[in-house]
Formats: sequence, C-alpha cells, structure tokens
Amino acid sequence: MKRWLPLLALICGLGFLGFKLLPPRNGGAFDLVGFGRLPVMANGRIKPLDTLARSSLLQIANRQIVIIDDVLPDGRIKPDVQEIGPDEWLLDVFYHPELADTYRIFVIDSPDLLTLLGKNEGDLAIRYANPAFSAMAVMDMMPTHQRRLAFNDIAPHLAEIEAQAKLAQPVDDKARTPFQGAVLQLYGNLVLYRSLENAMAVPGTADFLGDLLRFQKDLPAGVAAVRAKQANQPHDEALAQGMITRGQRFMAMAEASTLLTIPPAEESADANAWRTSGQALLESFQTGAVDSGVLAYAGLGMAWRNNRPDQFNPLIGLYRAELAHRYARQLTKTATEARFNAAEPFYVSMLLYATAFALAVFSWLKWPEEMGRAAFRLVGLAWAATTTGIITRMFIEGRPPVTNLYSSALFVGWGAVALCIVLEFIYRNAIGSVAAGMIGFCTLLIAHHLSLGGDTMEMMRAVLDSNFWLATHVVVVTTGYASTFLAGFLALIYVIRGVATRSLDKKTADALVRMVYGIICFATLFSFIGTMLGGIWADQSWGRFWGWDPKENGALIIVVWNALILHARWGGMVKARGLMCLAIFGNIVTSWSWFGVNMLGIGLHSYGFTAAAFQWLSIFIASQLLIIGVANLPLAKWRSFKA
Amino acid sequence: MSDLLRQFRDFFVSLKLTVVLLALGIILIFWATLAQTDLGVWGVQQKFFHSFFVLERIPGTEIPAPVFPGGYFIGGLLMINLVAAHVYRFKYSARKTGIWLTHFGLMLLLVGELLSGLWQQDYQMNFKEGETRNYAESFRDNELAIIDVTDPKTDDVVAIPEELIAKGDPIQHPKLPFRVVPKLYYPNANLQLRSNVPNAPPSLATVGTFAQQIVATPAPVTYKEDERNLPAADIELVGPEGSLGTFFVSTELPMPQHFDYAGRSWKIILRVKRAYTPYAVTLQKVTNDIFPGSDIPKNFASRVRLQSEDGRDNREVVIYMNNPLRYRGLTYFQYQMDKASGQSVLQVVSNPSWQMPYLACAMMALGLVIQFGIHLAGFARRRHAVVQPDHA
Repeated sequence: MKRWLPLLALICGLGFLGFKLLPPRNGGAFDLVGFGRLPVMANGRIKPLDTLARSSLLQIANRQIVIIDDVLPDGRIKPDVQEIGPDEWLLDVFYHPELADTYRIFVIDSPDLLTLLGKNEGDLAIRYANPAFSAMAVMDMMPTHQRRLAFNDIAPHLAEIEAQAKLAQPVDDKARTPFQGAVLQLYGNLVLYRSLENAMAVPGTADFLGDLLRFQKDLPAGVAAVRAKQANQPHDEALAQGMITRGQRFMAMAEASTLLTIPPAEESADANAWRTSGQALLESFQTGAVDSGVLAYAGLGMAWRNNRPDQFNPLIGLYRAELAHRYARQLTKTATEARFNAAEPFYVSMLLYATAFALAVFSWLKWPEEMGRAAFRLVGLAWAATTTGIITRMFIEGRPPVTNLYSSALFVGWGAVALCIVLEFIYRNAIGSVAAGMIGFCTLLIAHHLSLGGDTMEMMRAVLDSNFWLATHVVVVTTGYASTFLAGFLALIYVIRGVATRSLDKKTADALVRMVYGIICFATLFSFIGTMLGGIWADQSWGRFWGWDPKENGALIIVVWNALILHARWGGMVKARGLMCLAIFGNIVTSWSWFGVNMLGIGLHSYGFTAAAFQWLSIFIASQLLIIGVANLPLAKWRSFKA
Repeated sequence: MSDLLRQFRDFFVSLKLTVVLLALGIILIFWATLAQTDLGVWGVQQKFFHSFFVLERIPGTEIPAPVFPGGYFIGGLLMINLVAAHVYRFKYSARKTGIWLTHFGLMLLLVGELLSGLWQQDYQMNFKEGETRNYAESFRDNELAIIDVTDPKTDDVVAIPEELIAKGDPIQHPKLPFRVVPKLYYPNANLQLRSNVPNAPPSLATVGTFAQQIVATPAPVTYKEDERNLPAADIELVGPEGSLGTFFVSTELPMPQHFDYAGRSWKIILRVKRAYTPYAVTLQKVTNDIFPGSDIPKNFASRVRLQSEDGRDNREVVIYMNNPLRYRGLTYFQYQMDKASGQSVLQVVSNPSWQMPYLACAMMALGLVIQFGIHLAGFARRRHAVVQPDHA
C-alpha cells in the first residue's frame, strides 16, 4: 500500500485538476456557459458576462453563489434547498428582477446599519426546521443569524440610505466611522445592483422584446408624430405620447446603468464607442432602427422569463456569430476568461497545497520516503496549476504578472513555492513541501479575501501604466518579499519542530540553517535590486530617486533587515537559533511592508476589509513574536537536541 | 598603539557597530513612516532624515530635546564604519570583489542621497492652455519681491527669501535706496476683511492698498503635500530721511502694491518663490483620457512648445506620465491636470546629482550578484561532493 502512495496522490491530484479543467457544462437546459462568454465593456476592458456576474456577486454577497432557503409558513427554515450560480443569478437580475429582488445577497455586518434598516439582531435569528441543525447552530457549526438581506428587505429604506451616504461621502475615507464606511459600502452595492437591473431591459416590463418590436414598427410614424406635435400640427396623439413615454423610460434606463453592453455600431475600433442599452435605445430615435444587440439581449430575456431554452440557446449562437466577425480576438479572450473562471485554478491549488502540507508534516512522523514524495508531487501539481492561472491572467490582461495587491499575493505565493521546490529537490527532507504547502495555502487565502473588492483585473492608473516597470521593479521586489517570507517560514519550521517534537536531528537542523541562510542571501539580492529599480522608476516619473514615502520605506526596511541578518551572521553575533529568530522577525517586517503601509493612519476607525486585515496583521505579528519567545527557551526545554 | 586608540579603532571597524546602525536605521525609517500621517513627506524628511538628531519637544515646554539619532548621524557613522573597516582590513583578493563593489556602491548611494537632499530643488509650473511661462514656482518657498518698474520695458527685481523676513533683522540691498525692516511675520495666516472682525487689534501697516482693510490671524503651519502655507508680514521700508511706511503683504494677495520713492516707481509683493529660465514654455494642449465605462484615468499628457531666448530651440514636446522632459539641467514632469479648465501643472526638478544613484545601484547589484554567486558555486561544489559518493 505505502509503496503506491506517491502515485496514488499524483493520480488523485491530477484527477481533481483534470475534472476542474474540463470544459464547463450546463447544469440545465439553458446554455448558461454560452451566455457567460458574451462580451461587455466594464471598467475599461472587454470582459465576459461570467466575470461580471462573479465579481458583482463577490462584491455584494462575498461569495460566488446565491443560496436559497425554504421558509416554512411558521417562519422556520430549511437551509440551502437551492443554489444559484453566478450566470443564472445575473440572468435573473437582468430579466427577472422581481425574482432577483427576493434573493438574500446584501451582506450587512454592521449593527448600526441594521438599525437604519429597521431591524435588530433578533429579526435575523435563524430558526431551523430540523432540530439537528438547531443543535449544530448552538455549537457554532451552522449560522445562527442571517448575514445577508434581500433587496426587498432594503427597498423601503433606500431614501434613508441615500441620505446617510450623502452625509458620509465628503468625509475623508480615513476619518470615516465604521457606520459611515458600512453605509457607503451598502450604497455602492445598491448602485451596482441597480446598474445591473437596468443593463438589458426596463425593469418591470413583462414583455420587453414585444414592446421593442412594436416600438421598432412605430418608430418612423412615431418620430413624425412627435415632430408634428412639437410644431403644433395635426398628429396622432396616442402615437406621439407613446414615443415620449418610451423616450423617458429609455432615458431612465440609460441613467441608471453604467454597464456598456452594446458594441459600436459599425466597423469602429474605438473602445469609447461602446454604449449602454439605454443609450443605444435613445439613439434609435435618430437612426430609425433598434440596435440588433439590444434586440438580441431582449430576446434572451423573453426566452429566460418564459423558460424556453429552445429559443434561448440558438439566439446565443446567432448573436455570438454576429459579434465574431468583428471581435474575433476579444471573443477568444472572453471565452478563455470564462473558462478560467470556471476552472478556479487558485481554489484548486489551495486545496492541493493544504493536502500536501498535511502529507509532508505527516512524513516526519511516519513513512518519510513515501509520504514525502506524495507531498512533493502535490506541491508540484499545485504550483503548475497556479503557474497556468497566472499565465492565463497575464494573457487576458496583456500585462506582467503583478498589477495590484491581489496579483501580488498570487505572485508572492508562486515565487516562494518555486524556491521551496528547488530546496525540496536538493534536500528531499519534506521541509520544502511543508513550507510550500503553508505559504501556498496562506497566500491564496489572502488573495481570495482581496478579491472580494470586485474585478481583480482592473485597469492600471496612468502613473502605473508602464509594462516595463511592472515587469521589472514590481516582479523583482515581489520576489524579494516572497523569499523573505520563505526564510521566515523555514525558521518557523525549525523552531516548532525543535521545541515541540523530537524529529529535528542534527543533520536536518544544519540543513535548515543552510536553507535559511541561502534564502536570505537570495532575498537580499532581490529585495535590493527591486527597491532600487523602484527608485529608478520614481526618478523617471517624479524626478526623485528616493522620497521616503511609505511604500518605499517598507521596501527599504526589508532590504536593511536582510542586510542586518547577514552582517550579524558574518560577524558571529548570531548562531543557528539567533539566525532563526531574526528570520522569523523578517516575517513581521515583510508583512508590515506588504500590507501595513496601506493601513497607515487607519486605526479603530476603519471598516470592512481594512479593519479585518488590520486585525489579522496584528494577530500574525503577535504570533511571530510569541514564536520568537518560544525559540529563546533554554535548549534543555526543547524536545529535540536532547542527547 | 595605546589601548585607548585600539579600542577606538575596534569600535569603528566592528561589524557589531554595523548591525547596531542598521537596526537604528530600521527603527528610524519605521518611526518616520508612522509619523507621515501627521507631518507629511516633506516634514518627515526634514525631521528624521536630513537631521543629525530627531528632536521632540519636552512635554509642556517649547524646548526641543534630541531623542533619537537622525539620518545624517546614522548615515555618517555607517559611512565611517564602512571606510574604516575597508581601510583596516584591506587585503586584495578576487573573492572580495563582490563585497567591495557592494560597499563602494553603498557609499556612493549615501553620498548621493546627502547631495540630492542638499541640492535638489522642486518647483512647479502651473498654466492654462495658451499661456507661456519663463519661470517655475517653488512648492514651499516664498519671497518678498521689490520691483523697480520705472522702465516700462524691463522690471528690476530684488527678491528677498522668506527665511530672512522670518528672522526679522533689517535688510539692506545695494539696489534698494531703503532698508527693508520686517515688523511682523506669520509663517501661515488666515486673512479676513477688517470689517468682519470688530475686535481686531489695530494694524501695524500704515500705507498700501491693504493696510487698513485686512486682518491676518496666525494659523498652524501645515506640512501636508496638498496644502501650502500662506505667510503674511508687515514690512516697513526705511529711507535715509525716515520711514516710508509699513506695508501689509501676504502670498494670498496676488496683486502687488505700488509706491513711488526717490523718483522711481516700485512694486512690493510677497509671492511664491520663482526660478527664471532662459527659455519659455507654452502650454498648447492637455490630454486626459479615462478608460471606457470607468473613472480610472488612462493618461495625462501636456503638449508644450519650448522656445529658448537664444533662439536655438523652438520645438514641440509632449510631456506625459513616465516620460518627462529633461532640458538644460531641469526635468519637467506631468504632475497635476484639470482637463475641464485646460490647466496643467508640471513639476520642475533640478537635481545635479541625479545620476549618482544609478551608478551606485549598478555597482551594488553587480557586487551582490558576484558575492552570492560565489556562495552558490561553493554550495553547489560541496553538495556535489556529498552526493557523489552515494551514487558511486
């Protein structure tokens, strides 16, 4: 059995990966995959509707699915009777808003905000129909309170929310109270939701396609009637009035939505010529015809509302074919992106890293050879999956790998794991796999939380828009971060294994010292070169090589800290344990430079991600200090190193 | 060598000193970063880095006390440490090339930072489409300009830096037939109409447009990057036969005040410090696009025409993000823009030592690569020696 373990692990891992890589398939009769691949213009780039659905849902609901509970007449619930995927949810928001308005998606975490909505915590308490669930809820294994409200719960208070948001808006974001932060976040999510509801159809119109077709037929006579009415000449009053009402409704639609759904009319390559459906409809008063894109989307809406996959699916094909002769390249990209979304390479890698970590730790206790190899293979698989994921992102964006905090988290993990693989290849003692599993998992978890802010492939602000510097400075300095973290995590392994287990023998301990030392040399080189490239970039774009601004200082502190470790080592001021303590402190230094500098001036007043991140950063720093304390226990208290 | 001297030498060449200085440096940088929320970048540079000691006021008093070594102190000692160690341990060996290069690069970097702190000057050029400028304005510094405008063709300008006004000593300039005596000076002030402040103290100013109309109340000095101080002063001009009167001046008052004296016409104004250039820059067009469907700026660009007084240059230049104009020792960067009003602000930097960090970084990077390359090669050799017998 144990002989086959490495192979078994590899096959399971490959199977899991392969399963996720299969082309996504439609769960039901509707071609949701095809719908998800259709392109729209949002935040400066052409993206598939699937990405729009996922990033909107992540932003509003902090997860990528909608979960529907069954509510019994007495108010008790059966949880999770139906799960709705992002594309299906988006279709409901577009075409079935009266249904979408009942989905509980708006995350409300602030008690003050709840009061504003006329609710208290008691109103949100969940009473389960199944007593087993109630028992689990008591043990904190099931939620005891609803975290999310439906649009219909919030709708009566929209005016009040808007008023509070107007009050909070002028306040500097660092000075905002948690309540103001929460109100603005909810307000932003409501604006986004309304923009989606008005993206494809006038909400509340049961037969929008029929309405548009009548509009198209009446258009020439209608425009003539309106002209005549304005000139006080005889006209068909009903027809003219119908045109004016429609114009007002289209206007309202154009004002409510910012989603650019309709590509430019002719052979126009101008990215600025994309329009919202509302704008395209208003243009039909001049052109005399309703844009075919608007009609296609209205047709999809009718098929969706009437539950007619036989009409829905061919229409997707037709519209795609129409787009294909103009946007072939972009369609390939949106299709790749939708496929990438469905494959979730980073989520898969996260699970693989966690498994590898467990196997590698276990290998120190039993079956070192087989378990170790199994873990190493899983690390290799996970790393290959993240590599593919990062390369796909680079292809979609047309950018170097690191463009924002989210992608820096991906890249820090990727770089550190790459180094771990080299270490494991040389030493074959599972230390590289443990470190890889831990760092890979943690950085992907951080990346997941960073992705809750919306689309992670955002456009670069003008000052950062330089592929050359993104590819050199940012990549090199991020590699520096990654390697400094790796040295720190290897040191953690040394201390925890040494103090808590008997498994740290002299040979392993020496190997760890050499690894940490080598990685610190690597980290010094990369963080130094990266920081200096940053200085050169600053000199090129702002006229000063060094300005002592927080981000620069953060990077410099890492360089100086690594230099300090090396000099302390060369001067014989620290031996093995001292080196480990310094390397662990390097974790604190790096985490502060990576995230802490973004939180400057933010104390207890912040809300949402930054507050949570601040809390986690504090916990992380405290834990590292604790381990440094533990490392300084007299050697007699360590379980290893006892003769 | 006496014991004392030896101890002295051992102190300066020791690696322990290096490590202590690096640690102090880290604390200094960390503290300075935290302090930026209150002091702003400029204030932090002055207080922490361009100083020998970090000074803090003793609580309850105005007396500053040194609480921590500043940038000059740590950087200087590090420099001495480096030089001393290299002189003392000098022994030529190819294996040391990496360390030598790295450390010489570091010395160059430290000197470069010192020089750019001393020499670098920042100005801005703020204009609208169609406007021409042959000067740049300082970000922070102001000057009292007394201008002889008798000749309608040329202005004869005497500019007195704000620091001298702040000192308060009488100033005598050979071009001025009177002494300039600062009577009152506020580094930052709010101006109000005297009619709105019934309880205001009587004005020191006796002549000029604003003497009796405006009251200045002192305001706290700001260090924020996006705010500037608006100083105000009462300036008395004293000729051989007595006082000409006292003028009230402030950078918030854009119009100069006129007076006649000794048969000549004069203007007096407190204004943002200017640096004149022997060429003129005309803003022709500003461009600022945003990404479709978003409010993220895509680019900022200013198209300008550059015309030198000597007639050698007359050409168009586009200045945009990451693409500055370097011309006659000055560098022009795109800094701010308001497309609606066709306004553009260029940052103008003069830094004669700007190439030093480039050289320093190249040396250090090369040095580190060599040094760690030697380590890696040694490691690989040893590893090979260990692994090889197993295979045999």
